[in-house]
Amino acid sequence: MDPDTPDTIAATPDERDAARADRALVAHVDLGPPGGRPRPLDMYESRPRPAGRRRAEPYRGGDDGGNGLWIALGAGALLGAAGMAYVARQRTVESRRRRPPDSAPKRTLKHPPPREDGRSVTGRTVTIAKPRAEVYAFWHDHTNLPRVIENVRSVEREADGTYRWTVQTLGDRTLEMRTRNTVERENEEIRWVSAEGSSIDTEGRVAFRDAPANRGTEVTLVMRYRLPGGELGRLAATALGRSPGVQARRSAKRLKMLLETGEIATGDRRRGDAA
Amino acid sequence: MRALTWHGQHDVRVDTVPDPEIVNPRDAIIEVTSTAICGSDLHLYDAVIPSLKRGDILGHEFMGRVVETGPGSTLEVGQRVVVPFTISCGQCFHCKRTQFSACDNSNPAENQDLSEPLFGHPVSGLFGYAHLTGGYAGGQAEYVRVPFSDVGPVVIPEGMDDDEVLFLSDILPTGWMGAENADIEEGDTVAVWGCGPVGLFTVQSALAMGAGQVIAIDRHPRRLELARGLGAKIIDYAQTNVLEALMEMSGGIGPDATIDAVGMEAHGFAPDAFFDELKQTVGVGADRGHALRQAILAVRKGGRVSMPGVYGGMLDKFPLGAFMEKGLQLKTGQTHVQRYTKDLLKKIQSGELDTTFLISHRLPLEEAPVGYENFKHNQNEWTKVVLKTKAAASAT
Repeated sequence: MDPDTPDTIAATPDERDAARADRALVAHVDLGPPGGRPRPLDMYESRPRPAGRRRAEPYRGGDDGGNGLWIALGAGALLGAAGMAYVARQRTVESRRRRPPDSAPKRTLKHPPPREDGRSVTGRTVTIAKPRAEVYAFWHDHTNLPRVIENVRSVEREADGTYRWTVQTLGDRTLEMRTRNTVERENEEIRWVSAEGSSIDTEGRVAFRDAPANRGTEVTLVMRYRLPGGELGRLAATALGRSPGVQARRSAKRLKMLLETGEIATGDRRRGDAA
Repeated sequence: MRALTWHGQHDVRVDTVPDPEIVNPRDAIIEVTSTAICGSDLHLYDAVIPSLKRGDILGHEFMGRVVETGPGSTLEVGQRVVVPFTISCGQCFHCKRTQFSACDNSNPAENQDLSEPLFGHPVSGLFGYAHLTGGYAGGQAEYVRVPFSDVGPVVIPEGMDDDEVLFLSDILPTGWMGAENADIEEGDTVAVWGCGPVGLFTVQSALAMGAGQVIAIDRHPRRLELARGLGAKIIDYAQTNVLEALMEMSGGIGPDATIDAVGMEAHGFAPDAFFDELKQTVGVGADRGHALRQAILAVRKGGRVSMPGVYGGMLDKFPLGAFMEKGLQLKTGQTHVQRYTKDLLKKIQSGELDTTFLISHRLPLEEAPVGYENFKHNQNEWTKVVLKTKAAASAT
């Protein structure tokens, strides 16, 4: 695979550059997975219902002993609020069509357009007061990553060059994620896609740039993913603090802590305390 | 070990809990000899700061002897140290700029989930405070785990009493920074709201920085007397119209700088104070800002407002119009303790600053709950409470 062209994830190497970021939006929104790429997760293809389509059950009052009026008022207020939210959202969507895209990374959109493949995008940027080569080298050795990614127990490199990640889910349960790096540009960027046999469908990139004013290295982690269990799985993972979004944010901070201070902050008073 | 733990509003107890251990390489374990109850501990006692959990060990003003060090600590076993209440890594962007209380790396990543949405950015770790600030166990205990022990703790020369140096941990630098943030010029009139420990140290610092007159405002006679003893003029807001008095005492100009050393539990005899208190009681507004509002109205045009007082939420009825129209400046923040400790230690040694005048009570750690109750309810007599552990008796 040519490392530069067949990107399947938003290409925003410099998010300060509006024009390039705009092109990236197009890539982000319109590009599906390229033909021929294995689709191991067909069982999860069912897409979540688009928001705003849900309909409240019509009120059937009568036998509730005088509470009917209140329930009706409550239901009416809820319906009204939902309707207003829907209208406001439609207006936003429409007004966006008339607006030029801005310079912000597209993962910060208030209402990301629904993706054909049902995946979510998340990302986080952190500035680390260390040279780019050092930060890249740490990440490039993926076996370092369990130290900074909370729910990754271990990462092993297989004989065929893929990586096997053991990811903790609920309690002591784990699942296995397999990835294959598609781009490894030294001190610049690493990209990966999930490989055959992975129970999480994901792809991502981590980019390394010199920060302005000698502040060190800007690290941007962007992940596109689909969790097992579809939309329900995503909501459950978010509620439990296990969603890729929360994990990306915490991992970026832990990476910074470890590289800058040599340790990861904890409020634990004793070794092995569960915080 | 024994430690003062929080169990709910106005419910603190001395419990037996497991001793702390070295967890990270740069940690040290301190055997506490002296520790104090701070005004901001009362915010926790009153449960107006969110995210405290039952069993949390309180206390962020403490000192003692090093009993164990991790491989990355620069301390030596046996050294006497005062520990700053702010936990700072010394290596991030903010620490390098001596903004120690803005440290990026001392608040655990999972705790930052709370403070990031609330404040826009995560804040540094603090000892014995809420989980917003890392959930670190505090110093009203026999032993404390001190992270980044190569950056914070101040080694104290032998021969100095605990009571002379204990307040380097928080209130002395906090008072100093409160005065520094007022950008005092020679001859300025400076008004200070609150004659609690921080307010008193602010008064002393402002005079040391060359203020022409410092006017201290409180309602407790004993506290006002302490301020007068430092050389301040005093206003008892229970009997005097503060705004009128300040104008009359500053040549009709108004103070050049005003300092709110009260914070989120301000009292006052005005409608705004009543509504703040009502809201705080029912839990829909964390901050009572009567002192801050008055400080903004009182300060002269183009003047400076400094706010060492602690706030945690969304203040309303903020006199933003006065603030803008008069062209004011406001400086504030949790104290960057490590920025000041060395210089202030010298000022204590040279006698330039008195650090013991405000201590009214010394109690054994076991009686800490009595200290809390009285520091809250008998503010006139109980101006500052220092708690002594068993180790204090054997140390000196």
